[in-house]
Amino acid sequence: MVLTLAFRNLFHDRIRLAVTLVGILFSIVLVAVQLGLYLGSSRMITSNIDHSDGDLWVTTFGAKSFEDGGLLLRNGERHQALATPGVASVVPMVVAFAEWRKPSGGSTRVVVIGTDPEDGGLAPWSLIKGTWEDVRAPNGIAVDRTYLKELDIEGVGSTAQIATGRIRVKALTDGVRSFTQSPYVYMPINRARQLLGAPTDATTFYLVKVAPGADVEQVRKDLKSRLETAEVLTKAEFRDRSLTQWLFRTGAGVALIGGAFLGVLVGTVIVAQTLYSSTKDHLNEFATLRALGSSSGYIHKVILGQAGLSAVIGYVLGMIIALAAVLASHDTPLPLVMTPWLAAVLFAVTLFMCAISALSAIMKVIKIDPAMVFNR
Amino acid sequence: MTGEPVLEAIDVVKELGSGAGKVMALKGVTVALRPGELTLLMGPSGSGKTTLLSILGCILTPTSGSVRVDGQLTTGLPAEKLAMFRRDHIGFIFQSYNLFPTLSALENVRIALDVRGEKGFKAAARAEEVLRDVGLGHRLKYHPGNMSGGEQQRVAVARAIATSPSVVLADEPTAALDTENGHAVMALLARIAKEQNRSVLVVTHDPRTLPYADRVVRIEDGRIVGEERRPDGLDAPEITDLTKRRKAHV
Ligand SMILES: Nc1ncnc2c1ncn2[C@@H]1O[C@H](COP(=O)(O)OP(=O)(O)OP(=O)(O)O)[C@@H](O)[C@H]1O
Ligand SMILES: [Mg+2]
Repeated sequence: MVLTLAFRNLFHDRIRLAVTLVGILFSIVLVAVQLGLYLGSSRMITSNIDHSDGDLWVTTFGAKSFEDGGLLLRNGERHQALATPGVASVVPMVVAFAEWRKPSGGSTRVVVIGTDPEDGGLAPWSLIKGTWEDVRAPNGIAVDRTYLKELDIEGVGSTAQIATGRIRVKALTDGVRSFTQSPYVYMPINRARQLLGAPTDATTFYLVKVAPGADVEQVRKDLKSRLETAEVLTKAEFRDRSLTQWLFRTGAGVALIGGAFLGVLVGTVIVAQTLYSSTKDHLNEFATLRALGSSSGYIHKVILGQAGLSAVIGYVLGMIIALAAVLASHDTPLPLVMTPWLAAVLFAVTLFMCAISALSAIMKVIKIDPAMVFNR
Repeated sequence: MTGEPVLEAIDVVKELGSGAGKVMALKGVTVALRPGELTLLMGPSGSGKTTLLSILGCILTPTSGSVRVDGQLTTGLPAEKLAMFRRDHIGFIFQSYNLFPTLSALENVRIALDVRGEKGFKAAARAEEVLRDVGLGHRLKYHPGNMSGGEQQRVAVARAIATSPSVVLADEPTAALDTENGHAVMALLARIAKEQNRSVLVVTHDPRTLPYADRVVRIEDGRIVGEERRPDGLDAPEITDLTKRRKAHV
């Protein structure tokens, strides 16, 4: 009966219900978009790191993110690393901004990623056309499908120029986007060095794999003491550093989280308002319940039931809109991400919001005087 | 007369309001309700009838004096405990019915059982039984808005007796009803007192209720000023005459 009464109270005033739901919807969608952008951004920022197979990253000092490594490492560091006890392999990687000359004139910036997956380096993922074998053909590269227009090319087989060298698209990935908005261009490492005009051993990162059974922390210490000009980071540290650089130094992350917080705040205020006015309208009924001898807990349950029902309905509607937004944003520069975890967080946020909103209504009924049921 | 009192007010004084608006609504009232009896509480407007009913019903607490429900003193009990007394011992009927407009007749009765923790099929069956008993078997699914005042008040009566309280307290139950419906509700209340051996107290201005009374208690200005009882064996109209005779005396 508690839920029946809550349900009827809720649907009794359709306009108020609509306002409540719009309030919840507004905050869920806002929070979903903000946190979805946050997740989407973090994924973009760390995707190359996440897909690389290596326990430790050797970078030049002060590399702030994946795109910020420079080309300063040489074979010397590699040999020293290989000589460190516990190190199983050391795989070089090149990452650098370069100029992409569009076939029909003009240019744009890209991030060249030179890698040799056959040696244990980063392999482009989510390939929808072509293979890495194809990319290894002369001048071959892989880019993301979603950047074709921006790069002024058609697809596999198109040609263009990076710096002074010709390239030909041999493979396409799908959904591998870059937070810096400069498309990633994957190619074998030596071709990358050549295009960038860098020495044949120029390297941005060394991916270090630790031998089975060796202690990662110990290997890291040893590497650090040997490589005076480089930094040695764990994968997690490097991820965090990239995230910090792009999301927090730039303020983007703070804005996203702040926006989500604001969404919750506005939603709470709206729901609290409608729930309070609904409770006020039904005060006589709550007083009657009290006169009939209901405990105050019973009445609170009715109000919480109203809040909970609003939360569930609002959540379902909000998620439908949020998922539509996720789908719609797939090919945009900043795709939204929705994960089961985020969906659960959103549900928890909705419930929390409605529970907080119920407080003002509960404060109202706490002061209820059952004597008001009599006509005096 | 018939058995121990189920509800008693002893020397009850009640002050209402505060400051300049302070009113002594009851000035030392002692009254007892016994099972199987329908008592009318009559008196002019503002004499303290509703206040007394609220105190007997454990909705208000007396400023001084005490209330005993089924032999237990309620003095000093916290609000939650008083609510427990209400749901376990007392049924209420109000002038304006106070039904839940969004619930059907059946649900309106079920909710009184629900607050006592009686749920599920058994509670639904009980609610239906009581509604049939008050002659509303054909209105179970109706909402208050679609029922006549008389029907609504009978739903309220069903709600009050569904929990089998020992006392039923009614504040002006016929005031909003026409003669026919007023009589129907009073007959129902009298039957509840007799057949179910409950104690029924009806606050009223309405002389049409007199034929149904076993006893009339009169209150004026916060004090009980008279009490008449229908002599055994006399049928309804007699008490009306008693009242007339008393008035003639004064
Ligand atoms: N909340 C209150 N604050 C102050 N005075 C009150 C309050 N409620 C009632 N009173 C006063 O207490 C007195 C008794 O009121 P009560 O409602 O018990 O009268 P009543 O006999 O039920 O009257 P009626 O027949 O009009 O319903 C009246 O003088 C009334 O004005
Ligand atoms: Mg009154």
